Amino acid sequence: MKPEPYVRREMLAPQPAPLGETGILRWMKANLFSGPVNSVISIAAGLFVLYVLYRLLPWAIQPSWNATSLSQCQDDPNITGACWGVIHDRFNQLMFAFYPHELQWRPLLAFGLMFVAIAPVLFDKVPRFLLAFTAMFPLLAIWLLWGGSAWPELMVLAGFFIGYAVHKALVGPAGELTAIILGVLATLLWWIFGVSPVAEMLQGVVPLDITPVESSKFGGLMLSITIGLAGIAFSFPLGIILALGRQSDMFIIKTLSVGYIEFIRGVPLITLLFVASVLLNYFLPRGTNFDLILRVVIMVTLFAAAYMAEVIRGGLAALPKGQYEAADALGLDYWKAMRLIIMPQALKISIPGIVGTFIGLFKDTTLVSIIGLLDPIGLANSIRGTTDWNGIVWELYLFIALMFWVFTFSMSRYSMYLENKLKTTH
Amino acid sequence: MAMADQPAGKSFRLSMLLYDTRYRSITIQVIMLTLFVIGVWWLINNMYTNLAIANKAPDFGFLWNPSGYDINQHMIDYSSQSTNARAWLVGLLNTLLVAFLGCILATVLGVFIGVLRLSKNWIISRLMTVYIETFRNVPVLLWILFANSIFIDTLPQPKTFRGENATSHMLWDAFAFTNRGFYIPKPTFGEGYLPVLIVFALSIVAIFIFRKWAYKRQEATGEILPVFWIGVGLFFIPAIVTQLVMGSPIGLEYPALKGFNFKGGFHLRNSLISLWLALSLYTAAFIAEAVRAGIMAINKGQSEAAAALGLRQNRVMSLVVLPQALRVIIPPLISQYLNLTKNSSLAIAVGYMDLTGTLGGITLNQTGRALECILLLMLTYLAISLTISMVMNIYNNSVKLKER
Amino acid sequence: MKKSLLLGTIAAVGVLAGAASAATLDDVKANGVLKCGVSTGLVGFAAPDANGRWEGFDVAVCRAVAAAVLGDSDAVQFVPLSSKVRFTALNSGEVDMLARNTTWTFSRDVDLGLTFVGVNYYDGQGFMARKDLGVGSATELDGATICIQTGTTTELNLADYFRSNGMSYEPVPIETNAEAQQQFLSGACDVLTTDASGLAATRATFEHPEDFMIMPEIISKEPLGPLVREGDEPWSDIVRWTLNALITAEEKGITKDNVEQMAAAAGNDPEINRLLGTEGDLGGMLGLDKQWAMRAIAAGGNYGELFEANVGENTPVGLSRGLNALWTQGGLIYTPPFR
Repeated sequence: MKPEPYVRREMLAPQPAPLGETGILRWMKANLFSGPVNSVISIAAGLFVLYVLYRLLPWAIQPSWNATSLSQCQDDPNITGACWGVIHDRFNQLMFAFYPHELQWRPLLAFGLMFVAIAPVLFDKVPRFLLAFTAMFPLLAIWLLWGGSAWPELMVLAGFFIGYAVHKALVGPAGELTAIILGVLATLLWWIFGVSPVAEMLQGVVPLDITPVESSKFGGLMLSITIGLAGIAFSFPLGIILALGRQSDMFIIKTLSVGYIEFIRGVPLITLLFVASVLLNYFLPRGTNFDLILRVVIMVTLFAAAYMAEVIRGGLAALPKGQYEAADALGLDYWKAMRLIIMPQALKISIPGIVGTFIGLFKDTTLVSIIGLLDPIGLANSIRGTTDWNGIVWELYLFIALMFWVFTFSMSRYSMYLENKLKTTH
Repeated sequence: MAMADQPAGKSFRLSMLLYDTRYRSITIQVIMLTLFVIGVWWLINNMYTNLAIANKAPDFGFLWNPSGYDINQHMIDYSSQSTNARAWLVGLLNTLLVAFLGCILATVLGVFIGVLRLSKNWIISRLMTVYIETFRNVPVLLWILFANSIFIDTLPQPKTFRGENATSHMLWDAFAFTNRGFYIPKPTFGEGYLPVLIVFALSIVAIFIFRKWAYKRQEATGEILPVFWIGVGLFFIPAIVTQLVMGSPIGLEYPALKGFNFKGGFHLRNSLISLWLALSLYTAAFIAEAVRAGIMAINKGQSEAAAALGLRQNRVMSLVVLPQALRVIIPPLISQYLNLTKNSSLAIAVGYMDLTGTLGGITLNQTGRALECILLLMLTYLAISLTISMVMNIYNNSVKLKER
Repeated sequence: MKKSLLLGTIAAVGVLAGAASAATLDDVKANGVLKCGVSTGLVGFAAPDANGRWEGFDVAVCRAVAAAVLGDSDAVQFVPLSSKVRFTALNSGEVDMLARNTTWTFSRDVDLGLTFVGVNYYDGQGFMARKDLGVGSATELDGATICIQTGTTTELNLADYFRSNGMSYEPVPIETNAEAQQQFLSGACDVLTTDASGLAATRATFEHPEDFMIMPEIISKEPLGPLVREGDEPWSDIVRWTLNALITAEEKGITKDNVEQMAAAAGNDPEINRLLGTEGDLGGMLGLDKQWAMRAIAAGGNYGELFEANVGENTPVGLSRGLNALWTQGGLIYTPPFR
């Protein structure tokens, strides 16, 4: 009898994969040591990282948080590296510069409300009536930051209603276009002649003011954020107009837009800031005097508008021609087509570019230190000029770099998230 | 206005200017132009009024007066007796120098980092991501100040090179790295240097001719010559042989410590190096992103097809992927070059005497001609920007996909 | 009078242009505030204290003018100006006067449309170096690397000095004082140069001031003084004679404490009487009232008191009177008579 051939009757229990083919080892094999060259590179890079950390960490990790001057750090035998006391000592200054301590809730509140204001722009689910708040937010922020009477801001706001009322009243008898022109004219006239006296009068009747804060007290990160946000908010409408102007087939309008955009993009921001700080007064009637921060905001707005226009033009150009033709086929006029069909799509495409412009602008606000404003870098210079912190360099710069990094990095990540979310293709 | 001359037809009414689409665009344009002209006139009129009160008409005569100040880095002859116009030119050359050096380094670094960021090696691609995110998310002004501080605070002072017990030493007795800048040897041209230079120039021409010929030959026969190594040989050997035959007319002048500072050789000042490095490292992060986007934009099928043809990994990159990616990369690259050039105006923060430092800085301060100086400053930058974008656009058109 | 309106703080600026008036005095009186351009912060001359109140030797001149014209030494709006913008700010009317340690030079006075009204501090450019550099005098600085703060007359003086002495140097131009200190302390330059008073103030902030020496040579004349726009004589007269009043007050022994008492009734010295308005009407000639000088002196004291309080030997800056002593004590401080 031949022995029965061996046949396994029961299933083998599944074995785990060999050690080298699973988990971290497999991952390392695939990603770090896939070949001799790669292995050498990985080891070298790993050693490099370790070396950098080995040199950096002992310097950075120091019990120096409570030092109140550089010499205190130098005299303390326990402290052999960074003197972080300067950040602790001057933290409030780096954030708010000389903004009065008891009023600092105002910029913080304005900053917080900003998120409420941009929410309806970014998310569809937020109730629509909040858009009205978005429109009012710039004026509210100005009032919160600078303080003083609220009446001028309210009266500027009233200008919009006056324009709307004039338009409403005239649209019947005089026709659409005339009504629009007269409405805009009425608003401008009100702003130029009406706002100041009426606001002054109303302030006399019903005082509506909070403690005013001078611009010279502004500074620190607060100033960077203020200039950055104001620049982007005001440059956005201007950028749309310029982009449309550049796309326009009216020769003069196109030429003016192109000339403006190319001029601004051809010169460095610092020269425009020089104009703001040195020359602007020459171009305005004698005795006109408004403060440097406002002049800077105006220049930054004009600067960012040119870049914004290019971003939006990219969005307009990226739209398929069919969209324009479809809008025409529906019989929509230019503004209706733009408002209902073209712009919503073009702006959606441009969002990453707009965020990119904003990040660039936010970083560029550091340039105001060159014309003497106290942004974080300007403050770093003045802190280094004091007897206590004379000679401190790295700690301040690192901290400032970190502040900017946190903001810009999170914005760029957010823009990537938006890009993915808004993708309508598959 | 011009409207009155229009052939208005029989029933022309004024309201047609607004409501008739034939006329409306002209009306709008005329209104815009009028507003624009009025606006510009208003600004200029204000300027003249303001200047008249101060008894100062715009006057560019100051350009021909002696500047009175010294500039440390000047590529053309310059002293405090030279004119302000010459100081302007010195500044312009310094701006162009740092922009040129910066663009080259930024491109090299950017392409390198962009390609490495796509590496399959995890630690390398992570490191490159960290680099890119660190550099592009921190203001460039801060990087410039940072670089300057590193050089000032960590490199040795010239005086530590002195004496028996010097704490710092020159590298090969030829390079000195101090906190006042880098001192490197400078070529000196002795008797009979001309033939050497001519041979050198000829060998460069020869390299190009050879490459063309080798390419043709490859097209014809399929044989690949070691173009690179022959090129390297052509580059060095003839010139070195001539140099030796002529009795070494081209020598090197080494820097040496004399008095307060090193003398002799080239002096690359701290301000130049820190500005150059900071601008390059910062811009490289953006270029790397553009390169990465360009490579990612190339259809995967392209590299797969190339691999199927049997090309090796590096050849797939250099012959198939990069040439196509280039078309996507060039436009953002142009704007990065422009950004770098414009950012070089931050030189003022580290005392590098560029355009903003001379014309827009000291000349402006010393003459008080703010209006004229800033106007010239802006126009100069505008001219530089337009030139760069023109040249780069010509290049862009030459590599653009020709659609047929 | 022209009025410009800034609407809210949004960028809508509408302006009713009108004929520009040249009468600064009227403007100042109408605004009720004197706009005074000062330095962005130089300890002892103009710097805000911990409460944001501007203090200093230059600031005191502004306060004296405000007291003389408006009767209130706090009716001043201080506008900190960098050296780049100071003259344009004055010329364009952003400020009414400039008291910003500005050197009186020919070209500024003649070419730039400015009027210097006097000198409140006689300064000169000096050099500071580490003691262990082994250099005792500026004439040994051939080949040295020199840190300069740009935007001042310093650069021009330096170029002239080295050229006329046949020496070479390597300038390191620096925008801010903090950078200059960093470069100097780390040895990136051998020598730091600026006005001698500035050197003293800078050295006072160093950790080991005794390691540094200020060289004996003073290579330039730097008469620092307040200035106004050209072409408005009544206004420049007011600023000039306010400064002169402070100096004369020191000469005549009128101090902050005794000025009220001396102005109460005419005394024996006719010049004091004329100055304080108890005899004649000098104030009326300026377009002010009789007590203008009394108020200017009462604001902060006479010239000597201001000097001692802001930059004198008992302050951190620690300057001695030197050239800035009264002419009767061997200095240069001298005024035309009040007559």
